[in-house]
Amino acid sequence: MGALNADLLIQACYLVTAALFILGLKRMSSPVTARSGILWAGAGMLVATLVTFLYPGIDPTNYWLILAAIAVGGVLAWWSGKRVAMTDMPQMIALYNGMGGGAAAAIAAVEIYKIALPAVPAVAEATTTAPTAVVHHGIATTTLAVVGGIIGAVSFSGSLIAFGKLQGLITKSIRFPGQQVLNILILVGALVLGGFVALQFNASPGIVTAFFVLALILGITMTLPIGGADMPVVISLYNALTGLAVGFEGFVLNNAAMIIAGTVVGSAGTLLTQLMAKAMNRSLGNVLFSGFGDTGGGTTTAVTGTMKSIDAADVGVMMAFAQKVIVVPGYGMAVAQAQHKIWELCQLLIDRGVTVRFAIHPVAGRMPGHMNVLLAEAGVPYDLIADLDEINAEFDTADVALIIGANDVVNPVARTDKSSPIYGMPILNADKAKNVIVIKRGKGAGFSGIENGLFYLDNTRMLYGDAQKAASELIQAVKAAG
Amino acid sequence: MTGIVALYIFMLAAFTGYEVISRVPVILHTPLMSGSNFVHGIVLVGAMVALGAATNTLERVIGFIGVVLAAGNAVGGYVVTERMLEMFKASGSRANRAGGH
Repeated sequence: MGALNADLLIQACYLVTAALFILGLKRMSSPVTARSGILWAGAGMLVATLVTFLYPGIDPTNYWLILAAIAVGGVLAWWSGKRVAMTDMPQMIALYNGMGGGAAAAIAAVEIYKIALPAVPAVAEATTTAPTAVVHHGIATTTLAVVGGIIGAVSFSGSLIAFGKLQGLITKSIRFPGQQVLNILILVGALVLGGFVALQFNASPGIVTAFFVLALILGITMTLPIGGADMPVVISLYNALTGLAVGFEGFVLNNAAMIIAGTVVGSAGTLLTQLMAKAMNRSLGNVLFSGFGDTGGGTTTAVTGTMKSIDAADVGVMMAFAQKVIVVPGYGMAVAQAQHKIWELCQLLIDRGVTVRFAIHPVAGRMPGHMNVLLAEAGVPYDLIADLDEINAEFDTADVALIIGANDVVNPVARTDKSSPIYGMPILNADKAKNVIVIKRGKGAGFSGIENGLFYLDNTRMLYGDAQKAASELIQAVKAAG
Repeated sequence: MTGIVALYIFMLAAFTGYEVISRVPVILHTPLMSGSNFVHGIVLVGAMVALGAATNTLERVIGFIGVVLAAGNAVGGYVVTERMLEMFKASGSRANRAGGH
């Protein structure tokens, strides 16, 4: 096959891949077709990967390296992806996303080092290289490589920090005075060095290396001060950034599949990030540049009153004879893997004629839709699951609101206390229910470190313990209620 | 591909991404984020080309790391998305069990 025919075949396959990606994402946006969506996208990826082996610019001596690298990365990711628990999905997405950002940065590095270190035998090699592989490093192209490189590198190191935080490897949100100034200085430094490289004033290998090191440091220093409660937004942002970086490197490599797929993810991810930030009533800049929870609102008005505990038997009776129960799951349910027991409990109630609904806050858990995934795993039909706007009017009519390991998303302080860092965040109005039962491991504050006024209300009772154990006890109690 | 054509592709792809996700119910946000995470695993083909065209050790080392990372993004992204969406199939077939609301 001549180089030209191979090129045509590659372009045709990339076109098919781009179409499969877009159709796949489209199918993933409806529960009925979602499963087939990933298969479509997967088929697209397979086609693109296989046909890339025919790329005329690939030196045959590098084939085994490519195969070895795919085997190493693929097997490790396959193994980790298969064995990770559903509750740990968010950090795995962060990890895989970081890898994509790193790959985009690596492509940028290879292309930029080519300017800094022109290969001596380049003239001899150029004749064996087909037209598609010749990359013209004009100023526009190098600028895109540099911009894609900085975005990819930030996404790489930032995602790894997000992974470390969610995995519990990094427990502190490190903050110090002048942090934003430092971040801006690092960003400016990276941009200046990147400008040198892009405009080819001075593209010595040392400058290129310093540029990438600064970009990697920026990802770390940007992410370290961000509190765990904001991690969903941050992961989503880095997902969008990786897409953008891939799109930019696609321009550099003149690769339409990368441009289309990267840009689609970049814009879709940006929209998703905005939706999430909006759900928390915060702007993206606010998430990134202001400390949340740990330092914010040090003057928060003290919550008064006492928490009143209750035991499972009483709760069981209360729910067994209720008309309507609304379940509000949170991260505590995920940690305890309690979703199966909770659904078993709800099935018992449904069989008794109790109306049961699940209320999902957009940012409950560690990612939007995190709770939906867990409930789906347990087999909860999705028509029982309602989102914030849908369910908030119904709390007035509920006999019991059962809060399972959720905290900030039901904190009424968000409605009333202007000094609270979460003031203005839309919350689930669980406090409007006749009885509020909170299953909670201990008396500590939530992930954001804010006291929860809900726990001190007159109609609230605390059921202390691990969510799974508490659910088992409730099942026994409901059965005993006769 | 000329610069202006590339810009057209960029613009149209950006609108496409926005449209595709704008009608997504909240329950699919996490799987969709995971799915879009898989889609940018297409960076694998770029990393393969970069490594394939490498002519010296430095380029080979960086290219190798790039392909390892990209393969991890693509394979890992696929596996976790598939596992998540697997559950939606189960819930869909059971949707009638509990009746309407």
